[in-house]
Amino acid sequence: METATAKNTIWPDVELIRNEFPILQQTVNGNPLVYLDNGATTQKPVQVIRAMQEYYTGYNSNVHRGVHTLSQKATSAYEAARHQVAAYIGAHHHEVVFTKGTTDAINLVAAGFRRAFLHEGDEVIISGMEHHSNIVPWQLACEEKKAHLKVIPVTDQGELDMDTFAAMLNPRVKIVSVAWVSNTLGTINPVKDIIAMAHAKGIPVLLDAAQAAAHTPIKVHELDVDFLALSAHKVYGPTGIGILYGKESWLQQLPPYQGGGDMIKHVTFEKTTYAEPPLKFEAGTPAICEAIGFGAAVAYVTQLGIHKIQAYEHQLTEYAVAQLKTIPELRLIGESRHRAGAISFLIGQHHPSDVGVLLDQQGIAVRTGHHCTQPLMDRFECPGTVRASLALYNTTADIDRLVAGVQKAVTLLG
Amino acid sequence: MTIKEQQDNIIADFEVFGDWMEKYEYIIQLGKDLPLIDPTYKTDDNLIRGCQSKVWLHAEMQGDKLVFTADSDAVITKGLVALMIQVLSHQAPKDIANADIYFIDAIGLTSHLSPTRSNGLLSMLKQIKLYAIGYQAKSVQQN
Ligand SMILES: Cc1ncc(COP(=O)(O)O)c(C=O)c1O
Repeated sequence: METATAKNTIWPDVELIRNEFPILQQTVNGNPLVYLDNGATTQKPVQVIRAMQEYYTGYNSNVHRGVHTLSQKATSAYEAARHQVAAYIGAHHHEVVFTKGTTDAINLVAAGFRRAFLHEGDEVIISGMEHHSNIVPWQLACEEKKAHLKVIPVTDQGELDMDTFAAMLNPRVKIVSVAWVSNTLGTINPVKDIIAMAHAKGIPVLLDAAQAAAHTPIKVHELDVDFLALSAHKVYGPTGIGILYGKESWLQQLPPYQGGGDMIKHVTFEKTTYAEPPLKFEAGTPAICEAIGFGAAVAYVTQLGIHKIQAYEHQLTEYAVAQLKTIPELRLIGESRHRAGAISFLIGQHHPSDVGVLLDQQGIAVRTGHHCTQPLMDRFECPGTVRASLALYNTTADIDRLVAGVQKAVTLLG
Repeated sequence: MTIKEQQDNIIADFEVFGDWMEKYEYIIQLGKDLPLIDPTYKTDDNLIRGCQSKVWLHAEMQGDKLVFTADSDAVITKGLVALMIQVLSHQAPKDIANADIYFIDAIGLTSHLSPTRSNGLLSMLKQIKLYAIGYQAKSVQQN
């Protein structure tokens, strides 16, 4: 078997990088941890942990309100984080709304469309590979407004059926909301084409970038995307925070999501005027520490280089797919020509949870189940899959452990 | 055998296993051996939905004892279900309702009972107790 160092030509430093993630230095069930559940959430480097600890030990204070030194320091750090995240996705800082995460960001847009733009008989287009987070908010909006949710079909390879998509675009469609990268299939969708095709008909596009953000360079202005949602915790940052990117004109038009402090300009009992975006959408005390941690996380990724990470993960994904395919009876769910490092598979008739339990016994963390994509599981007629999902700190040695672990599970399951 | 004796037997059985693989091999075997539930009982009403694997559980009184049959779509879950049934089936409803279930802990499978494992096992145990309490109440009414 080829060794990690022999295979890894792009990133010989990966072993040093692993040392920056304290959580990876442990054993689970007597074996060194192999963490391959990065699609669910990524681990955090010391840089992020330290930034958050510094906030609470040094300058915890509420933002946008105080004249005192700590409050000013907290406000600067919070807004600096917004600038960092904006730079990470190629946006202006005032186009970046802090949210609780991807789910919250999509709900914000869906609620705004429901209130302001969606009418009876209108259509919303999503795809057959969406996470429940990009299904249910639109379903709720459509139900309320008697609008129709339309779904782009998924091919047997796990790609979007683009011809059908083209035929679905019509003047009744108010928004197209699709995943950039599928969390279950790993498919990288042709988002440039999707945006161009929708824009040609004057239809805005929201990209769910939850699974793209840690793995792909994002340039929202180049993409010309209208909205983009992502979660910090999938980009080496903390939970409880994410962003909605919105084009300035859209953020101006979209009605406020929640009411409260911070989002107002002036309040009387008769009428309230709102703050300018992004604050218009940030009611109440925000997740200040988490925002600062998020800033540190994108700074970390930027310093390593997202292009380098992408190239490394691409190589690792190809290695993982090739190695997994050597296991008899293993069936990949999702074989897109353009794929990221979320790799779903089934083995013979074995239930995914059985495989997951036996991998856990060997210290290997994968996800099993429907991955919050139940309609997609129905499409592939399986109760769920085993999913290994990669991050920048994974190595070919991790993949070798996974493959050996699956082989052992298969032997035990008989 | 009492519920306690059944549990102590299982604990003794598990003591001979040298490593996790032997333990799971045994559980998997139990899963494969568990007599299948009568297909007519494999209904949605009898389905206990974990997030990942499904468990079907059927209960009926035979004389003064409560008898359980069950199935699961995942073999490890099924093996654990088999253990649970070995302990709790063919017992008086009152004894089942009051039973202290400690064997799962003792054989080192606590994590399978954690709510986050979502394999339906914890819900199954709750359902077994609910059946027992239900039948206990019925028999009290009849007396
Ligand atoms: C594609 C996709 N969209 C949305 C989400 C939801 O993200 P969050 O739970 O952080 O809001 C996830 C997370 O699993 C995801 O993978």
